[in-house]
Amino acid sequence: MAHERTIKIAGEAGQGMQTIGLALCKIFKDAGYYLYANQDYMSRIRGGNNVFQLRIADKPVYAPRKNADITIALDRLSVDCHKDSVSPDGVIILDRDRFAVTEENILFRHIPMYAMAKEIGGSELFVNSLACGVLTGMTGIEYHGVREVLKRTFAGKKEEIVEKNLQAAEAGYIFAKTHFKQNHFTIKSVNAKESLLMNGNEAIALGAIAAGCKFYSAYPMTPSTSIMNVMAHYAKDFNIVVEQAEDEIAAINMVIGASFAGVRSMTGTSGGGFALMTEGLSLAGMTETPIVVVDAQRPAPATGLPTRTEQGDLDFLLHAGHGDFVRAIFSPGTIEEAFYGTIKAFDLSEKFQIPVLIMTDQHLADSYVNIDIFDLKRIKIQRHIISKEDSGLVKDYKRYQFTESGVSPRALPSWINEVFYADSDEHTEEGHITESSHVRTMMVEKRFYKKAAGLSKETENPKTFNIQGADCVLIGFGSTYGVLKEVCELSANRSVGHIHLPQVWPFPVAEVTGLLKNAKKTIVVENNAGAQLSKLIRRETGIKVDTSLLQYDGKPFNLDYLLEQIEKE
Amino acid sequence: MLEAKDLKSNDEIAWCPGCGNFGILNALKQAMVQLGREPKDILLVSGIGQAAKLPHYIKCNCFNGLHGRALPVATAAKLANRQLTVLVTTGDGDCYGEGGNHFIHAVRRNPDITVIVHDNQIYGLTKGQASPTTDPGFVTKFQPSGVVLEPLHSLQMAIVLGAGFVARGYSTEKDHLSWLILEGIKHRGFSLIDVLQPCVTFNRKNTHEWYAERVYKVNDDGSYPSGDKAAALHKAAEWGDRIPIGILYQMQKKSYEENIGLYDRIPLVEEPIENTDISGILKEFI
Ligand SMILES: Cc1ncc(C[n+]2csc(CCOP(=O)(O)OP(=O)(O)O)c2C)c(N)n1
Ligand code: SF4
Repeated sequence: MAHERTIKIAGEAGQGMQTIGLALCKIFKDAGYYLYANQDYMSRIRGGNNVFQLRIADKPVYAPRKNADITIALDRLSVDCHKDSVSPDGVIILDRDRFAVTEENILFRHIPMYAMAKEIGGSELFVNSLACGVLTGMTGIEYHGVREVLKRTFAGKKEEIVEKNLQAAEAGYIFAKTHFKQNHFTIKSVNAKESLLMNGNEAIALGAIAAGCKFYSAYPMTPSTSIMNVMAHYAKDFNIVVEQAEDEIAAINMVIGASFAGVRSMTGTSGGGFALMTEGLSLAGMTETPIVVVDAQRPAPATGLPTRTEQGDLDFLLHAGHGDFVRAIFSPGTIEEAFYGTIKAFDLSEKFQIPVLIMTDQHLADSYVNIDIFDLKRIKIQRHIISKEDSGLVKDYKRYQFTESGVSPRALPSWINEVFYADSDEHTEEGHITESSHVRTMMVEKRFYKKAAGLSKETENPKTFNIQGADCVLIGFGSTYGVLKEVCELSANRSVGHIHLPQVWPFPVAEVTGLLKNAKKTIVVENNAGAQLSKLIRRETGIKVDTSLLQYDGKPFNLDYLLEQIEKE
Repeated sequence: MLEAKDLKSNDEIAWCPGCGNFGILNALKQAMVQLGREPKDILLVSGIGQAAKLPHYIKCNCFNGLHGRALPVATAAKLANRQLTVLVTTGDGDCYGEGGNHFIHAVRRNPDITVIVHDNQIYGLTKGQASPTTDPGFVTKFQPSGVVLEPLHSLQMAIVLGAGFVARGYSTEKDHLSWLILEGIKHRGFSLIDVLQPCVTFNRKNTHEWYAERVYKVNDDGSYPSGDKAAALHKAAEWGDRIPIGILYQMQKKSYEENIGLYDRIPLVEEPIENTDISGILKEFI
């Protein structure tokens, strides 16, 4: 029996593929499988070719495969688009009648999906539930589980609609059981323990809520938008204000205003929006206002490929903003890192009174993985502000007081009995504008050198796997974590190690130097054309890595392709 | 009791002698004394420009941010701590030029903040270029043949966009201006006070004398209907031989904070966050 299967549902935008894809994720998860799912969608609301792809397995999986075992095509275009990415014993399920396909092809399995959907529900709209039934029937899932999840999925819809969806799914299920070769695609379930199923953006939003974020302001931009949606969804329950700003400039300035007044605040965007935010990023640096900014990367320059993935903003995030100021940049590679990393981002931003960036990308943002339930006991929130009670005692307050650490005590307006000044111009300890060279020098040392020294002690350590004595070591950051981890595990002919950087700035210089010094062969794998991580490593450690494996077609690395490449290297 | 001298800051004032900004500063101090709130509960937010330096010259909390960006900062500071009285001091370039988009949307949003625009019809800090409100034909080093653009009619624009409080003040009319500022603060929602401010260095047209001949008050005899949009638009358009000052339009409507239900809850800043429990949310993802 196989240990894993890859399933694809392909069709036009607007066919409800995401709903059914997510339902399938839940069905497989409840049935005890591990799964990884990703979406490949076009920048349009109707038409085009969109894919929801799921990998189910008896052990944790994190990355897409090159080929699918079962592809279910909801339209004619999908057949052509996906014919060439079917695994050797895989099939394409299609509706020959509806798509007028006369061509004979050993991959094709016919099911009159559209006619069946129409007959059962009176509308072709039920075809996606039917497809769901077919897929579960083929992979050996109990029908009961399918029914339960679909009921939940359509909860809130009219009774009659729910019933028709269920009937459509059942018809598909029975069709698959009776017409397609039994057990061919069945995979064994392992009864994976109770887990969470979520994507990277959801994890970031939940991390922010858990960290006590009370203000989120953003301007919609794919693939960051769903963070805003999740924040808005829970806003009432947690007394969070979620503001749709008029533009990204307003968004970041609002976040700064709210944070200045004492509230934990975050914004999210993608590269183009982040470009507009750089002015505000400098303001946060200069005024020492803690903020958290998410950059969900997509391929660029300019508006690039709006719905696809890339890791091309590393250089930009490292340097964004004018002038010298301190920042931290997280680059989560998993749902867990996205969640815990966001919480830590809030902590560091308040502790050092700096902007903290979370760099993610469409691949992590939109991919679903089932993961261990978060350990909420691990979360310790520290405010690093003068509490309301203690505020009454504050005398001769100086917002920018010089200290050993470079961090000045942070009071809140109206909590302390005195007034204070914050300024974007160079300023004195009291916050008043100054042009004194002496004060300027001291302030730069405070804001830049002193804070940087403290901050670099708190950088997340690189994660490593199998690097002792490995023939070659792969290095990556952000969303390549999953695929690199699996490449190491599956490399048959050689011993492959992996270094993952969950935080790229401040760069963990000593750790990375130590890890790379004795490595036999080093390969940096990144989703961009500029070898940005390779160059950063060289700049910070002086070490020139042997090879850069780059991909910049808008897609995440798939496991099979990367395995082949690594074997060749 | 708070007195004007309590509001004096130690910062050296960097404005030219005779500048209209002094009148605005004094009127603002007077309004604050009358308001009776403690300086610690007042927040002045500004951008960049001569006008935007004002918060440094008065003893209240101050956030002096970026050119054109005061409004988003002020809006969110008010959302975060609604107990703060939030005012913005800004220039015509700062507010209507660099910050034009924020201006439009702040009016639409209607946060409970008071915006004082020091309208000297010129860019002071950058040495005399035309601003969005400069009169056509005005000659500057950068506009040697005179300004050809239509001036931005900010008061009419605000009325059309639905602002609930739209006023014009004149920096020399200190008592009148401080009254306008107080009324603006009392008005719940976005209040715009565009203040005629002579720039004695770069604007040799719209001088103290020029204004003294033209300015007249609209609200004094009680006959002016301030809740009538058409009348207000008409009044706001008056410019030339006679220039009206006063509350040109006022209509109470729900502020942004009210609209999003903020007044029914404790201020965001007071929310304890140390033990935010998301276990309920996690169940939805199991
Ligand atoms: C992003 C940005 N662009 C330009 C400037 C330069 N700048 C400073 S003040 C100013 C104009 C100020 O004019 P106004 O708002 O009318 O204020 P005034 O000085 O006349 O009071 C400009 C263009 C800046 N500080 N920031
Ligand atoms: S340049 Fe004009 S606006 Fe600026 S201080 Fe001098 S007189 Fe006032």
